[in-house]
Amino acid sequence: MNGHTRPLLSRVADAAYWMARYIERAENVARFIDVNLHLQMDLPGERANQWQPLIDASGDTADFEQRYGEATQRSVIKFMALDPANLNSMGSCLRAARENARSIRETISSAMWEQINRIYLDVQRTDVALPVPQWLPELLHEIRLGCHLFQGIADSTMSHNEAWHFVQLGRRLERADKISRILDVKYFMLLPSVNFVGTPYDDLHWSAVLKSVSGFEMYRKKYGRISPGNIVEFLVLDRDFPRAIRHCIRGADESLHSITETPIGTYRCPSEQLLGMLRAELDFTAVESVLGSGLHEYLDGLQVKMNAIGETLSGEFFAWRRQTRATAAVGES
Amino acid sequence: MHFDAYQVEGFYDEMFDATGKPRPEARLLLESIESLDPAQLLRCQRAAERLLLQLGITFNVYGQSAGTERIFPFDLIPRIVTAQEWEWVERGLKQRIHALNEFIDDIYHEQNILKDKIIPEEIIRSAAFYRPQCRGISPPKRVWCHITGTDLVRDGDGQIYVLEDNLRVPSGVSYVLENRDLMKRTFPYVFEGLHVRPVNDYPSKLLEMLETIAPFSAAEKPVVVLLTPGMYNSAYFEHSFLAQQMGVQLVEGGDLAVEDGTVWMRTTKGLHKVDVIYRRIDDDFLDPLAFREDSLLGVPGLLEVYRSGRVSLANAPGNGVADDKVVYTYVPEMIRYYEGEDPILPNVPTFRCWQEQERQHVLENLEKLVVKSANESGGYGMLVGPHSTAEQRQEFAVKIEDNPRNYIAQPTLALSRVPTLVDDHFEGRHVDLRPYILYGKEITVLPGGLTRVALRKGSLVVNSSQGGGSKDTWVLARSAQGNGA
Repeated sequence: MNGHTRPLLSRVADAAYWMARYIERAENVARFIDVNLHLQMDLPGERANQWQPLIDASGDTADFEQRYGEATQRSVIKFMALDPANLNSMGSCLRAARENARSIRETISSAMWEQINRIYLDVQRTDVALPVPQWLPELLHEIRLGCHLFQGIADSTMSHNEAWHFVQLGRRLERADKISRILDVKYFMLLPSVNFVGTPYDDLHWSAVLKSVSGFEMYRKKYGRISPGNIVEFLVLDRDFPRAIRHCIRGADESLHSITETPIGTYRCPSEQLLGMLRAELDFTAVESVLGSGLHEYLDGLQVKMNAIGETLSGEFFAWRRQTRATAAVGES
Repeated sequence: MHFDAYQVEGFYDEMFDATGKPRPEARLLLESIESLDPAQLLRCQRAAERLLLQLGITFNVYGQSAGTERIFPFDLIPRIVTAQEWEWVERGLKQRIHALNEFIDDIYHEQNILKDKIIPEEIIRSAAFYRPQCRGISPPKRVWCHITGTDLVRDGDGQIYVLEDNLRVPSGVSYVLENRDLMKRTFPYVFEGLHVRPVNDYPSKLLEMLETIAPFSAAEKPVVVLLTPGMYNSAYFEHSFLAQQMGVQLVEGGDLAVEDGTVWMRTTKGLHKVDVIYRRIDDDFLDPLAFREDSLLGVPGLLEVYRSGRVSLANAPGNGVADDKVVYTYVPEMIRYYEGEDPILPNVPTFRCWQEQERQHVLENLEKLVVKSANESGGYGMLVGPHSTAEQRQEFAVKIEDNPRNYIAQPTLALSRVPTLVDDHFEGRHVDLRPYILYGKEITVLPGGLTRVALRKGSLVVNSSQGGGSKDTWVLARSAQGNGA
């Protein structure tokens, strides 16, 4: 550490990481709802319920069923938009992001804080007593735009220092997690309907998956026609698309190495090892083997690995109530 | 918008004289306000309030659910202090702070002032914020009150008095800086032609002061941190603001640890040494081993490291002994004792209830006096006689008889007023003034300070928790005469 590098408090690193995760989570929830709304308009009314998968993708099925019962457009939107009891609703995520930002206001730039505060206050003003069409589209638009703006502000007003890399780490891991979930749920739901393969409905569904991660245009440029195999390759294994799992994991790995100052491709602590292994796996995996072993199983495995990375990071860098020795050497590769 | 209908109503007004004529120093400002379209003025006022919310310049209200945030209301019309008057206030504050610091150092060492019977020993021993744990400690440069926020008030006769010294953990300075910023952003027209002294170097001065009190063991560039109770504290905005402006770490108790006789902070790369702590936590909660055992906010073992001189604390623990309102009544004597001078700034005349004769007078005149508990602040624990009911006076009479040591009484002051925007016109509202004084190598006073205003009509209570707001305070760099007025 040179004389000008300011040490980063574990608590601050923790809050920066979670601030970014919650912002990213809010944005992803907004995307999921938005795309489903559009999909619904394109599909005949008697089609299978498109709202249940959204709940499944969020991982909050039990809580939802207990409090809302059946997944209808109304109930799912209510649950995912501003329900304060749902800790993963957009409203709750933004509140959590803001609380984290507030606790590290002196570390992030004022412009970042003002932006996060602005989104929060805008969302707070939403009158959910009005009919859904009167507030939802604008809310979704504002959250997506507001979150993008936040990322831009973070990139251009905050030094790319250790705290900033924790922001990147949180954002990338959260994004990878959400891509894997939406892909898993959609694939699971679409695959059994062999009858639809090649029908316009099939195309619609797959396009919706791409659109939910803003990947439709970039996919078209690269592959042209819609095909499930190519879509999986694009969203899991693409190196350049910013909402592909591989791209996210590579970015996370680079940020982690900037934090530890260990050269990329080597490791000194378990989180570097786990993240490096996952990166290598994604770098050298062919889509055929993903599909061959079953996409659901593969994505499940990915989620387990990403969770382990999150927990390891927390133990190594954020465990600020205990004494931390993050730099203790555990091996050299 | 015009001041034609504005009435001073027999109060001392900071902008108008008793006949309702603008004071020379206020004339230019009043003219530029009058030249504005009324709608524009109201727009500026609303823009300022919106900006406060957007910037998240809020305080948390105690006793309400966590996360309840309010803005501290801001009024666009500034308060003006002439260069000449400020020069006098500044001299008075420096004299007072110097004497108070001598007093605190004396109390925790030789106690000459008690031996010489200037102040009764009993008063000190029973002072709520006297800390016997601090006996014998010599902080660097023997400075105990590094940051002070003295409350000044002006009575109906135009005289400025010291109301309270606020030596422990005074807050509000961030509003001074933000108010000025807000004025420049929303109301830039009015600065024209006036030489208002800037306030924005306060964070640099504060940091410089904190670095000068670093222990000898510190490196050339000492590590300074600001210790906050956390984001649910009412002054959290200020803590993060000052840390950000100084570029120092904002830490909570849990971020710090004592090991090997040193204070460390827990970072992602292990433990990192800390030299100076600007603590915004009361003495009581600073160190559970030395003060309150049940404190979860503090750092166990901190006081021991401080005593050994391996970490510096600002403000110094124990300095609250002089915040006791009974001790306050002796400050003029302290100034004579330590400085050999007469006080420049007077105290508000105060009755000490522990002295029988004065107590009788207080009990007989409760409806005219303001009674205060010796160790409460924020406008709590007091009786404003003229606004009280017979029942409240009875309640206080009992309290005073039960514990005379704990009460003082002062005449009800007719606090001076400043024109304030009320709906679509101006009305006079009562104000006080809290300048901020730093004491490191030398004593420096931030020009101006926080002008708090009681926004409720007729109210004398300026505290933010009780309907108070604030105004920008303009200390002029030269006198109005020099400006050709």
